[in-house]
Amino acid sequence: MAETRYGMAINRALADAMQADASVILFGEDVGAPGGPFAVTRGLQAKFGPERVRDTPISEATIAGAAVGAALGGLKPVVEIMFMDFVTLAMDALVNQAAKAHFMFGGQCSVPMVVRTPHGGGLNAGPQHSQCLEAWFAHVPGLKVVVPSNPADAYALLRTAIADPDPVVFVENKALYSMKGELADAPQPVAIGCASIAQSGSDATIVVYGASVAAALKAAAFLAAEGIAAEVIDLRSIQPWDERAVLESVAKTRRLIIAHEAVTAFGVGAEIAARISELAFGDLAAPVLRVGADFMPIPFARSLERAYLPGEADITAAVRRSLNWKRDTD
Amino acid sequence: MHSELNQQDLLSLHENMVLIRRSEERLSRLFGDGEVPGFLHLSVGQEAVPVGICAALQAMDTVASTHRGHGHALAKGVDLRGFFAEILGREEGLCRGRGGSIHVADLRVGMLGANGIVGGGLPIALGSALAHQVRRSGGVAVAFFGDGAMAEGVLHECLNLASLWKLPLIFACENNGWSEFSPLNRQFAAQLGALGNAFGIPAAQVDGSDVEAVRAAATRIVALARRGDGPQILECKTFRWRGHYEGDPQKYRDAGDLAEARSRDPLVVSEARIVATGISVDRIRTLEHAVEARIEAAVEAARLGREPDYAAAAADVYTQVAGGAHG
Repeated sequence: MAETRYGMAINRALADAMQADASVILFGEDVGAPGGPFAVTRGLQAKFGPERVRDTPISEATIAGAAVGAALGGLKPVVEIMFMDFVTLAMDALVNQAAKAHFMFGGQCSVPMVVRTPHGGGLNAGPQHSQCLEAWFAHVPGLKVVVPSNPADAYALLRTAIADPDPVVFVENKALYSMKGELADAPQPVAIGCASIAQSGSDATIVVYGASVAAALKAAAFLAAEGIAAEVIDLRSIQPWDERAVLESVAKTRRLIIAHEAVTAFGVGAEIAARISELAFGDLAAPVLRVGADFMPIPFARSLERAYLPGEADITAAVRRSLNWKRDTD
Repeated sequence: MHSELNQQDLLSLHENMVLIRRSEERLSRLFGDGEVPGFLHLSVGQEAVPVGICAALQAMDTVASTHRGHGHALAKGVDLRGFFAEILGREEGLCRGRGGSIHVADLRVGMLGANGIVGGGLPIALGSALAHQVRRSGGVAVAFFGDGAMAEGVLHECLNLASLWKLPLIFACENNGWSEFSPLNRQFAAQLGALGNAFGIPAAQVDGSDVEAVRAAATRIVALARRGDGPQILECKTFRWRGHYEGDPQKYRDAGDLAEARSRDPLVVSEARIVATGISVDRIRTLEHAVEARIEAAVEAARLGREPDYAAAAADVYTQVAGGAHG
């Protein structure tokens, strides 16, 4: 057991996967010699050579498309899209090709590829370097989407994603790269689609993923001081998402808040809210509430971005609103 | 008419072109009769390109195709019954009726799929070439694309990356002069050969109606790619006889253009060359009739096929693996 940063946990997962399986290769913009813009792939080219760790030109469509072809050709490519905002340039390969090949070709083949890409604000990176676009991919049948919130899960889920026969969008969060956490010497595997209970509680359920997990835990700690026991569920995967874990929690707490950094409208929270309302309406003591970003591009200036990003205060307020629901409607 | 090939090779090339021509003519009639769902894009007139290029390939080599991909599929050797069953939307189809004409694929023979997206197959072929290179398979990949894809940004990305990485990749352009409903001169300001030159990729041009010429050019450049010389371009000047899709009245083409297209029939060119070697026209007809019989048997089998199973399709969005999601 050692303390590891989130970015280095990903680095170790890549190294261990490449060590274990010669068909795993990496390519993307500046992932080789430069080690990636966030140093996540640092040292891997030196260790595994320039044939397996390749710098590409700035050609997102071809990076993603080549991953599809390489996967069909017997490799397990792990490619990096430098900022999640740049996936717009790679959408054909991901949505029309990778996601559909297994189904569309009648199950003849699988497409074992991973697209690593960082989302998230907090760096004042502006409207085109901060977006959380994971809901787009969760909407496409054939893709899997995981969003780890801590170093141990980042390691385990990346190993699982690389071993998975289907295309996985592995969403990292720029603000988490320096996060420290414990990583076992021999980490246990984590299945895609399996949530974890980040904190147990009986009064309200807060469903989160990625960087929002830390915000939810802070909110839960704040609420605990008032005697409110919030349960925090870290989804870890959003496609598929762990419906059973959320249902079990809601059966206990009767209140559900879903929080994410992405825009609220048409987001992951909307899907979960709809689904839980369909399946567990009778369990709910209050409407399912969502916390997310306002419907606007992520602004640049410090004050604007601070006001824009949803955080612990928004989650705390939503939990209170849920708990106070009956009084509001009297 | 002189030929470098022996009679058997010439007959084999001719037979493969006839297979494509008659299959597509049969599909056209089936489409007209309402037996083919969806859209149908035919490559009638272009048969010499896939047949000539695939004759230069080995079984391990891979091809990525286009929406006009029947010829590529058949020339690479996909199962004929599975081919018709797919296009008629049957469970017995190569893709179990989930893809149809523009997604015919048969990974067993290295056919990585027709493609509904113009230029969509290019980076897939590039990735396949990367796999050949990394795995040292000795194989090459072929990206078939039309002149319409020359305006797609991804072609330019792929030329660049294939050149940088010296990938065993053939850029096989079927230049039929039409980007859907618009002529090439309104669609593309450059020349493919000049574009290749800009990226340091050798580019050859060939008469895409002459299967022997296509085969010879492809054999030469495939050998170069296979031995590690990097990507190669082969631009095949060819003719699209029919509309962009079946049912397209082609009001944007004049009679002269259509007549010119039909004046270079790859089957006529091929037959004349075969006859010049002393083979009788009767023997060629016999061969053609045998092909037609195979096609008819495939059509009949497809008609008798089952409707695809919805539940099986719904269960196959992801690869089915033993064990549940919760590990």
